[in-house]
Amino acid sequence: MKTELTRRQFLKMTGTGLAIAVAATSTGFRLLSAAELENAGPGFRPSVWLEVRPDNIVVVTVNKSEMGQGVYTSLPMIVADELDADWKNVRMEVAPAADAYKDPAWGTQSTGGSSSIRHMYEPLRKAGAAAREMLLIAAARKWNVAVKGCAVDLGRVKNLKTNRMLTYGKLSVDAAKLQVPQNPTLKKESQFRYIGKEIPRLDMHDKVNGLAQFGIDSFVPGMLYAAIARPPAYGADLASADKDAARAVAGVQAVVPIQSGMAVCADTIDAAWKGRDALKANWQDPKYPALSNASLEKDFADRMNANGIIARNDGNVQDALNAASNKIDVTYLLPYLSHATMEPMNCTVDVRKDSCDIWAPTQNQSGVLALAAELTGLKPGQINVHTTFLGGGFGRRFERDFVEEALLLSLSTGKPVKLVWKREEDIRNDFYRPMNMSRLQGAVDKAGRAVAWSHKIVCPSIFARVFPQMMKEGIDSAAVEGVRDLEYEIPNVAVEYMRIDTPVPVGFWRSVGSSHNGFTVESFVDELSHAAQKDPLEFRLGLLRNHPRAYKVLEVAAEKAGWGKPLARGQARGIAYQLSFGSYVAQVAEVSVNNKSGAITVHKVTCAVDCGSTVNPAIVSAQMMGCITMGLSAALKEKIEIANGGIKSENFADYELLRMEEAPEVDVHIVKSGEQLGGIGEPGLPPVAPAVANAVFKATGARIRQLPMKPETVLAAMKG
Amino acid sequence: MINLNINGKAYQVDVAPDVPLVWVIRERLKLTGTKFGCGIGMCGSCTIHIDGKAERSCQTPAESAQGKKIVTIEGLPENHPVKQAWIKEQVQQCGYCQPGQIMQAASLLAENPKPSEAKIIEQMNGNLCRCGTYPKIKSAIRLASTGGKK
Repeated sequence: MKTELTRRQFLKMTGTGLAIAVAATSTGFRLLSAAELENAGPGFRPSVWLEVRPDNIVVVTVNKSEMGQGVYTSLPMIVADELDADWKNVRMEVAPAADAYKDPAWGTQSTGGSSSIRHMYEPLRKAGAAAREMLLIAAARKWNVAVKGCAVDLGRVKNLKTNRMLTYGKLSVDAAKLQVPQNPTLKKESQFRYIGKEIPRLDMHDKVNGLAQFGIDSFVPGMLYAAIARPPAYGADLASADKDAARAVAGVQAVVPIQSGMAVCADTIDAAWKGRDALKANWQDPKYPALSNASLEKDFADRMNANGIIARNDGNVQDALNAASNKIDVTYLLPYLSHATMEPMNCTVDVRKDSCDIWAPTQNQSGVLALAAELTGLKPGQINVHTTFLGGGFGRRFERDFVEEALLLSLSTGKPVKLVWKREEDIRNDFYRPMNMSRLQGAVDKAGRAVAWSHKIVCPSIFARVFPQMMKEGIDSAAVEGVRDLEYEIPNVAVEYMRIDTPVPVGFWRSVGSSHNGFTVESFVDELSHAAQKDPLEFRLGLLRNHPRAYKVLEVAAEKAGWGKPLARGQARGIAYQLSFGSYVAQVAEVSVNNKSGAITVHKVTCAVDCGSTVNPAIVSAQMMGCITMGLSAALKEKIEIANGGIKSENFADYELLRMEEAPEVDVHIVKSGEQLGGIGEPGLPPVAPAVANAVFKATGARIRQLPMKPETVLAAMKG
Repeated sequence: MINLNINGKAYQVDVAPDVPLVWVIRERLKLTGTKFGCGIGMCGSCTIHIDGKAERSCQTPAESAQGKKIVTIEGLPENHPVKQAWIKEQVQQCGYCQPGQIMQAASLLAENPKPSEAKIIEQMNGNLCRCGTYPKIKSAIRLASTGGKK
């Protein structure tokens, strides 16, 4: 079905310009033109589209979701560079959800894991290069000269002898008739026109003028607005709801029970919300009435005493700890966190008898498509998933709960439905960053070298729910990331994972396990450096002699921050680094602490990032800045409050995010290593919390082992 | 019926007087640049101008805006110095909060064309940005306040 659709789309293009698709096969990428695809048989699922239209417009279809990380610009840049297209003629189109647009590395159409450029770089470059070679051949034939007598020049082909020019648009129809080269010659780095340059974002104009369409901006004629009354505690049942009162609200069309609560559907959003209030829903029998932050802390501490699964075991940690005289044994605790995307969860769905349209701010097109097929009974080819702009994603929009609700409501009302969550629903019905507790034991020898590192982490599993097939020997790789792959050269290292299942659902939160493990690991290495009476930077570098990329980012961040140089009175620096999603990031935070209140001020964060090579350095820097701000928000402010069996936090009054007054100056330095491409959307986040905590220690002598570092927490630590 | 003047255009909307202006602007009139964020006036995504002043449209009953001049992000000219500065500084990431940020900044500069750092922070502190663009917002405001020169 899908392949046929693809061919139809392709056939539509034949004769109207050059179109190229890339299919991931077991032997590598295969490039196809429209004509070839028609004859290729059903096995090929091209995943990249590139069109050169007769009017010189180049269209790149982007199969990744734009949630701020810049893929609507950086992915077209990759194609445009190889094609040598004129950037002002480059447009992007959002891919529909279809097999044809699956990420070739993952076999799924979704956005996450800081992988968009890493996974799409090769196929996009090949597509652009193949089109370039075809346009050259088409021009050479037209002029009846050798191909090497022609050269591409910013959207045109030049006859090197006569200096005549033909535009890509003029050549596109002839080029489309040629066979697609399977191994086109890729440009050398020195030939890049766009890659590595600060190209302005393609989505900027619409975003500045309020024209960008987010999920919440979707409309369908005749649609109903839906609002759902939800239980305040996990597993609570509906005791009573005044459906008649809800129906009596002008504009209310239907009151529908669904699995997540009681839905009110109305002609307008205000009527739907008033109808929900009119329900005066009462809930009873929460499944875990005693569940609270305190009960969870006790459960985590109890689990710490049980035997977990060994995730890494180098040398003999126990012997090393037993033999050591200079050792530390401490416990770290981090809370559940909400994603709090600025655009609350929402989805608009129109299920009809033989087709269905879904407008969703989603990171998970394949998942949405599969869910819609399952719930509607329609075939994937009958379902159109329209990916809108995402008003923040951070992993939250990989989940499909909000899509499922809109689908069910459109099915049960027989009408198009637009579902918009209140902020309170959004914060209370999240898949949170896991709460976690780590016990760390370490030792340094007389020479001040780290000789033992024992790390036991009690943490709920994300993968057990989302990708159970990726659980390996009971270990959730996210829970131990940044710990199991600890780079510090220590002879005795043990990592133990203790899974804990709680009623609070957990999900991917920007930089996932690294976002919490980065704090514990980089705080603890700081503790060891103190025990060794060494400078924290020098101590780290001493343990990274065989890790040049980690070494380098630490050196660069330290140098740019003026590590070791005097600071204003009361200020101190802290440093931390993390490898995550293939990129190395080191950060130095400059802080001061109010001795009376315990309030932390972060004055500046200096950041060094090595992501191999960069496609758009402006976007890399912006992502570092964004990660630092979000990481700092988590470090200083965020904690989900849990009471009476449910989530108590509900809006920005009690789940506070970092504001401008608390945002530090950020100084980003890109380290060009030329190594394999690393991710960019997430790796900037993990180092900031430990860099700040380490600076607080330097400033006050107080070691903070719990997040968030609220003033009262800092004050308590300062009083010892 | 509620009569509203938005971006210089007269609208008549059949809506209860207590309906928050954000829903009227967005969901009835489809001027969707104004965003819904929190509903309690604590994020600033829904910021618009009412008689030249930045206001939270989620906290403004439709009725109370009658007879006043409402301007939304769509009504701020494309060549407005704040919009231009936002593009020059490439402020946006996801972009969701930014119409509110821009409207807040435009109102700040209208009142105070050369705001101090402290004034910028005071006036912008009510606008949340989860993507963490605050440093760029600050530099864009400074850029706009100096007529495009840094």
